[in-house]
Amino acid sequence: MSDLEAASFGKPKCWRDVPPGTIAFGATARLVETGLWRSMRPVLDTAKCVSCMRCWLQCPDASIETNGENKVSGIDLFFCKGCGICAEICPTKAISMHPESDFQKNEGAPRELGENPGSVGEFIG
Amino acid sequence: MTSGNLAFAEAMRQINPDVVAAYPITPSTEIPVRFAEYVANGEVDTEYVAVESEHSAISACVGASVSGARVMTASSANGVALMHEIFPIAAAFRAPIVFGLVNRSLGAPINIHCDHSDSMPERDSGWVQIYCEDAQEVYDSVLLATRLAEHTDVLTPVFVCQDGFITSHCYEPVEFLGDEAVQKFVGTREMHYPLLDVDNPVSYGSFVMSEYYYEIKRNQIEGMNNVPRVYDELADELATLTGRTYPKLEQYRCDDAEFVIVVMSSATGVVKDVVDDLRRRDVKAGCLRVRMFRPFPTADLCSALRGKRGVAVLDRSASIGGTAPLASEVKSALYDLDERPKIQEYIFGLGGRDFFPKDAEAVFERMQNDDYERRARFIGLLESCETTEGGK
Repeated sequence: MSDLEAASFGKPKCWRDVPPGTIAFGATARLVETGLWRSMRPVLDTAKCVSCMRCWLQCPDASIETNGENKVSGIDLFFCKGCGICAEICPTKAISMHPESDFQKNEGAPRELGENPGSVGEFIG
Repeated sequence: MTSGNLAFAEAMRQINPDVVAAYPITPSTEIPVRFAEYVANGEVDTEYVAVESEHSAISACVGASVSGARVMTASSANGVALMHEIFPIAAAFRAPIVFGLVNRSLGAPINIHCDHSDSMPERDSGWVQIYCEDAQEVYDSVLLATRLAEHTDVLTPVFVCQDGFITSHCYEPVEFLGDEAVQKFVGTREMHYPLLDVDNPVSYGSFVMSEYYYEIKRNQIEGMNNVPRVYDELADELATLTGRTYPKLEQYRCDDAEFVIVVMSSATGVVKDVVDDLRRRDVKAGCLRVRMFRPFPTADLCSALRGKRGVAVLDRSASIGGTAPLASEVKSALYDLDERPKIQEYIFGLGGRDFFPKDAEAVFERMQNDDYERRARFIGLLESCETTEGGK
């Protein structure tokens, strides 16, 4: 099943429509934007990074991006929840954590790019 | 002649479930022990899972049930308590397990005899609860419970409760159906989302945050809401085979009664006898037996007790610090009546303390004398200290 097909199940809008017995059908997390939970954002300084890959190994959301040469190239902010493990373990202090509000001045309010986990408010009458 | 336990085991043999996982405990021991003999003798095809605890027993039952198997087990008292964590999971998974719950007091002090302190804590776990008066009813209820639990509109596990030793071990005449008639009645289980269907994979028990937990629970509640309708249909169907009817709420000489005792399980027989005696003496006594405690037959109870002069509710367990379970339900149900009867709560029979006809007589006598107390009274309790209330 492709991600798109999985996403087409959609979210039930009524308690009568949830599958019985806590059943979950095959689906994907690739469209679920856990980055919306982030309050602290990691920023990578490529000048200091030595690509030791510790952050890549430890990141609980597999959000450390690499390039074709297996060097650290960035952070996937769609999934990154801002836990800060990468910044904590970085031996060269190449990753620093900054409040999301610092970025809103330039970027505006965060734009929803994927499925917002935990959001059903729009259906509640 | 047979006992409540052996009647349960015989029904299991005839139903021939796919999986039984059990960890025997008094007084329900005979159910898995007798059934293990059937397995060993090749009289059933059941996979019998010998486990290391009650927690494992019910866990194995849940796994087998969501895989599509017809599953049964049995337990009592602290064994039931050890299973507690898994009961709401079984109910939420909509695993239609049929459970022989042989009521025994929950320790401490450790005691093997009957009261309802083991099953009552499970009343909010999402399982149907049926309380049987005698061994015949136990047998018939296992057949009913199998169909009820597995019905598409219900898909909810069922406790078939009977009183430890009083019902489980006393021998009395029980009429069995033939094996073929039982097989025809129970049929085979229709499973919609079996866990082992690798071509149509599903997960059970995934993590669900606040966005859908609420809706899933509401959906589960609907299964329980459908029980009364489905139960009545199935009870009628079984009655055509057996001639025996089992309403959710049994009314014994209630219609024109002024004074009614509300009670459950085996103690009902004593109350019915006393009702007959009192009727001969022109006392308008009646007995109301709550057979189905979950879902609670609120509407039936309301109409049965409307206009009565007095009601006494006899609980075989206490809710320490609150109103006892049956009394709490009865009072709650009657709240909507414009004119509510007077109600006296009683606790009786804890740890297997005998319940005698004179006890039921005294309860009726107090109602006739308009003698009520706001607190629960205790029947058959040693209390010849300051007061003798409830002790006679």
